[in-house]
Amino acid sequence: MTTMIKTQTAQTTQSRTSAVFAASFAMFFGVFMVYGVGFAQPAEIHNAAHDTRHSYAFPCH
Amino acid sequence: MLRRIMTTAIAAGVAAGLLLSVIHEFTTTPIILHAEEYENAAPDHHAALPDPILRELMENALHKAAFFPKNLNDPSRSLSRNQSDTLYDDRSGQFHLVGGTHEGGHGEEEAWGPADGWERTLFTTLANVLTGVGFAAILVACFVFSNTELSGRRGVIWGLAGFAAFTLAPALGLPPEVPGSMAAELEGRQLWWIGAVVATAAGLWLMVFNDKRLLHVAGLLLLLIPHLIGAPQPAELGGNAPPELAGHFAAASIVVSALFWVILGWTSGTLWQRLATTEA
Repeated sequence: MTTMIKTQTAQTTQSRTSAVFAASFAMFFGVFMVYGVGFAQPAEIHNAAHDTRHSYAFPCH
Repeated sequence: MLRRIMTTAIAAGVAAGLLLSVIHEFTTTPIILHAEEYENAAPDHHAALPDPILRELMENALHKAAFFPKNLNDPSRSLSRNQSDTLYDDRSGQFHLVGGTHEGGHGEEEAWGPADGWERTLFTTLANVLTGVGFAAILVACFVFSNTELSGRRGVIWGLAGFAAFTLAPALGLPPEVPGSMAAELEGRQLWWIGAVVATAAGLWLMVFNDKRLLHVAGLLLLLIPHLIGAPQPAELGGNAPPELAGHFAAASIVVSALFWVILGWTSGTLWQRLATTEA
C-alpha cells in the first residue's frame, strides 16, 4: 500500500515537473512572438505590424 | 502536455486574433488612418514652430541675438526635440529641421512597408494573429504554473488579469498613442512598458496565489513601483494629431484590448478544459 502511494506520488511529481517544463517553453515562445510583433527593431517588421502595435498600445516610433 | 498547451494557445490565439482584426477595422484602424492624414500633412511633425508667422518672428529674434551660438554642428548645443533637432543657419537665415521623421517610421522611403489597402489589412491581420498566439501561449503557461482548475468562466478572469497587466497598467504611464503624437525616446518607453507588465503580472500573482499577508503587501508594492518610477514622458507636448483623435484612440484601444483578453481567456480556458479529457 505504502509502495503504491509512493509510486503515485513519484509519478505526480514527475508529471508536474514535465508540465512546468512544457509551460516554460510555451512562456518563452509566447514572449518571443509578442516581442517580435510588438518590439522588434527592423523597419520592415515595424511597418508590417504598425497598426497592430498602435492598436495594442505597444510603444511605437 | 506540450501538445495540449500549444494546441490551446494556437487555436485560441488564432480565433481571438482574427476576431480582433475585424473589430480593429471598425474601431482603431480608422482613427490611425485619420491621424496619419495629419501626420503626413506636415512632414516635420515634431517641429515645435508650426506657425509660419511665429517662425519668422523667432528667426528674426534669433538672428539679431549676438549670443546666438555660431558652432551649430556641435550636438551639445542643438535644441533637442524628439528625434528632431531644429537648427538655425546663419548664412541663409533659416531654420532647418533635421531628422524630421522618426526612426524606422513610415516616413522612410528605403524601408519596405505594406501598401495601403488590402495588403496593409492582411499584414495587420497576420500581426494580430501572431500576437494572439503569443499572448495565448503566455496565458496557458500561467494556467499550468498556477496548477488550478480551468474552465471558460475561469478563463475570463485569467483574461482580465492579462488585460490588467498588458493593457491597463502600461496605459497609465504610456497611454495608447495615435500616429503623430509626441513621445519620449522609444527604447526608454519600451523598457518601462516591459517593466510595468512584468511587475503587474508578478504583483497580481503574489496577491492571488498566496496565503501570506506579507506577500500580498509585496504584490501590492510591485503593482505600484512602475508608476512611482514613472514612464518616460516627452520633453514637450503638441503633436500633429488633434487631441480629440488621440483621446478617442486611447479609449478605443483600451476597450478593444479588454474585449480581446476576455475572448482569449474564455477560449483558452474552454479549450484547456476540453483537451484535458482527451489527454489522460
